[in-house]
Parts: sequence; C-alpha cells; structure tokens
Amino acid sequence: MAGAGGGGNDVQWCFSQVKGAIDDDVAEADIISTVEFNHSGELLATGDKGGRVVIFQQDTENKSQPQCRSEYNVYSTFQSHEPEFDYLKSLEIEEKINKIRWLPQKNAAQFLLSTNDKTIKLWKISERDKRPEGYNLKEEDGRCRDSTTITTLRVPVFRPMDLMVEASPRRVFANAHTYHINSISVNSDNETYLSADDLRINLWHLEITDRSFNIVDIKPANMEELTEVITAAEFHPHQCNTFVYSSSKGTIRMCDMRASALCDKHSKLFEEPEDPSNRSFFSEIISSISDVKFSHSGRYMMTRDYLSVKIWDLNMENRPVETYQVHEYLRSKLCSLYENDCIFDKFECCWNGNDSVVMTGSYNNFFRMLDRTQRRDVTLEASRESSKPRQVLKPRRVCAGGKRKKDEISVDSLDFNKKILHTAWHPQENIIAVATTNNLYIFQEKVN
Amino acid sequence: PNCSGEWSRPATETQDPNSNPVKTEEAKLKAKYPNLGQKPGGSDFLMKRLQKGQKYFDSGDYNMAKAKMKNKQLPAATGPEKSIVTGDHIPTPQDLPQRKSSLVTSKLVG
Repeated sequence: MAGAGGGGNDVQWCFSQVKGAIDDDVAEADIISTVEFNHSGELLATGDKGGRVVIFQQDTENKSQPQCRSEYNVYSTFQSHEPEFDYLKSLEIEEKINKIRWLPQKNAAQFLLSTNDKTIKLWKISERDKRPEGYNLKEEDGRCRDSTTITTLRVPVFRPMDLMVEASPRRVFANAHTYHINSISVNSDNETYLSADDLRINLWHLEITDRSFNIVDIKPANMEELTEVITAAEFHPHQCNTFVYSSSKGTIRMCDMRASALCDKHSKLFEEPEDPSNRSFFSEIISSISDVKFSHSGRYMMTRDYLSVKIWDLNMENRPVETYQVHEYLRSKLCSLYENDCIFDKFECCWNGNDSVVMTGSYNNFFRMLDRTQRRDVTLEASRESSKPRQVLKPRRVCAGGKRKKDEISVDSLDFNKKILHTAWHPQENIIAVATTNNLYIFQEKVN
Repeated sequence: PNCSGEWSRPATETQDPNSNPVKTEEAKLKAKYPNLGQKPGGSDFLMKRLQKGQKYFDSGDYNMAKAKMKNKQLPAATGPEKSIVTGDHIPTPQDLPQRKSSLVTSKLVG
C-alpha cells in the first residue's frame, strides 16, 4: 500500500521515532501545541507552549528502496512568538503556538504561518549551501584587509559550505483579533488566508499586514446574550470562495464569500438534531466541536466533539453520514471529567491521504484509527514501552465495566493527564505524527 | 443504500433509558453542586473562555509576578508596616526580570 495513503487492509503500525525528553517532569514550555505536515509530507512542523517551532525533514536518501524506513531529522528550529503583555486589559498574551499551517511550495524556500492567541506570523525557511569567498577588501573572517598590501585583484566565487537553514519572519499580522485565535487556514488561491477567534473571522492577503477584512462577526450587541462561540474554521481545499466554521453548540456553518462581504448569513448549516430525551447538563459541553477538517477530496468534512468523530457530506445538512465513538466509556465519567476540566479538552482529528481512514487522540496516550471503508477501528498507544525500533503497535482495549479481560485496561486506570490532542497524517504515505504532552512519536506502516 | 455508517453505537441508544449513564452523572454533579447555573452551556462558560489569560492589576504587577517566578530575592520593604496595595514592593530596575531568553532550545531537537 506504499504511496496509497490508505489505512485499510490490516495496516500494521510500527514505532519509528520519538522526539523529546524522557523524564516525567515536563516544563510548561515543552508542551506540544500543534503538529502539521507540509503539502509534500517532506517537512513536519511542531509548535509548543514556549512559542517555539521545530521543523523535521524526511530523510530521502533511502526512499527508492521501499524496505527502508525514512526518518525525520531536525531541519530548523526558531522562536516564533514571545510572551507579551496587553497593557489595555492587563492581560498576559501567551506565546503558545496555537496553529501552524504550511503554504504550498512555490520556489526553493518554504513558508509557514504560525499563530498565538493574537498575532499571526509568516515565516520563510530557506537553505543556504554556498557562500562567497575571495573578497578583495576583507578577509574570510570579516576583518578588513589593509588596502596597501593588495597587489592583485581576484574575483570572488561561490564555494560550497555546510548546509545552513535559516528561518526569518517575513510578515507579522497583528492587532486584528480582540479574542483568542483558534484557527488559521490558507485559501486554495494561495494569496489569502483566514484567521478565526472566538467571535470573529478575518480574511487576510499574505502580502498585506496592515489591513484585514472581517468576514464573520457573531458578537452580540449585548454580551449577556452570548450563547455560542466559534471553535474552528477552515477554507475548502478547492473552492476558494467557501469556508466553514464550527461552534461551541455543535453546529457547522458553511459560507460563500461571493454572497456578501460580511458572511454572517451562512449558505449551509450543518446540525444533527438532538434527541430531547438525551438532553442533560453535559449535552452542550460535549457537543462543542473542537476541530473541523475538510477531506482531501473536498466532498466531506469531519468534526470532532468530546466523545465522537462525525463525517458530513457537504450536500447533506441535517445529519452526518457517519458517526464514530472515540471513547464511549467516558459517558459514565462525565461528572468527574467536568470537575477536573478534562471535559473541555480540545481534541483534533485528521484524514489520511485518500480519505479512507481518520485518526484522533484520546486519554492515556491512546489514539484511535477509524477505517471508513472497512468499518473497523483500532486503539493504539504512544508509549516509551512500545518504542523499540520497528516494534509493531498492539491494539489496546478499554474495559468499560464488569469483568476486565486480560490485556484490557479499566476506565478508572486511565491517565487523564496523558492526552493526545494533536495528530497529523502524511499526505501521501502511511506515516503519522502523534504528539503526547511533550513527546512527538512517528509511526510508520509495517513493511515486510 | 445505507448512508448511515454508524457503528459503536452510543450506549444510550440501545439501553433502557432508566439506566442512562449521562443522567446518572448529571445527578451526581447536581448533588455535589446544587447551585450550578441554570444555563450550563450559556454565558458563564463562554465568558470565562473569552477571558482566558492571567489577569494582572497592571503592568507593574505583571513584571513583579514574572520576577517572582524566577525566584529572585526581592529586598524586604523597609519599615514594619507593609500596607500592601499592589504586590510586595516597588521594583527597582535591578529587580525587573531580563527579557525571557529565546535561546532555550526545544527538547524535541536532538
């Protein structure tokens, strides 16, 4: 299945690499807050709570031989955001990187957008592997040459040097968000992108930093009437006029930017009617959508709420076409999950390359692979214990109640501090990146 | 054709409604916190979410909090009376923390 990006047909996942410190004492700055492959899958970026970005590059030396596994090695790292202080509100602005989104590659350099709660930055990552040598007026170390000692002229030439990867901030898009940015999404036109906070969505041009257009505004005139917030937003992968945004009430609105300048009226509203007999104190909280992702095909979109993953057909608004339970056993634990705030955890989800399998994280460093075509699901674990080279991951089972079978783990033994919120799937191959609190695991399909 | 690809059906759909685990959880919560708001998903939660971020009295308070985090020993305020209004004492330039170092590399590197 190499290159197909499918996860079906009994794909077995093997440990490939793990990045990060082994010790349990996790510094806040090391908490991974976002993971994203670029469009070719050659680069893998992570952002953390300390405002740093680390980019890994796939080692392509052995790619021609399918038996060899490719490894991801550090390519570049830089401080993207620093902590700031909002003097007007006396509020600290965290440097935590909320999202990273890559731009499609246009030339030799790579570009990505990274954002914290308030400011989006466009970073250029470029390689330098030559340097000019043989200047007439200065030495190699930069000191000036005494012009009286110069008797001949030479032409400086480019000589190879050790590869240097430089990251430089090319644009800073600031001061456009009153509330906290939760999403950024690059348009398929490669010229614009959107940024969404709790109440508003702005449209930017990648070249212009002093202006942005507000395209969605759900702030009520009277804040007492606030009933829902925007939780995620994304542009359609092919239709440059279409985007969706999800809400804390479990709805998704699709908007068409051709309809009007301010897209407060949606063109489609996706909402699954709730069975009133199921309504409880927790209903709205667990229906809040934490992530929305279009399929690569552009025909479907996936949403993640606290307990489930739903696949929606863009042509059908009244209910999802598929619903998968991520960790149904937590339904009987909602009271304690509310008390320890875990019920507010925001899990992300992702598609594989050909949209046949979706993946999302859970607790106890478990993550779930949901195969849409085979109607099969598996729970795997990212742990140091299963980190021997090429070790095949064993499926995990959680026992909801009653007699616990051998190899099962009971719900009460789950570690709710070990959450996998961020996962990413290589766009073409069966390579996945799974972030635990402070470690990045890379798993690959078992190749015989 | 069956468009609904539902499997792993939620327990609530197939079980006797009297044994609804979510209702049991709700009852537990209400027993612990009888004064919990009438509108659970409403304004209180959302306002808290919009307010996210540590609030300080002012920028001086912020800088002193940062200094404390670095475990710096602040000189004791002179005089027996410490009528604290905002923080322990007025910081001098030496007390203010240096700009946070950007040179601490992520542990994901190497």
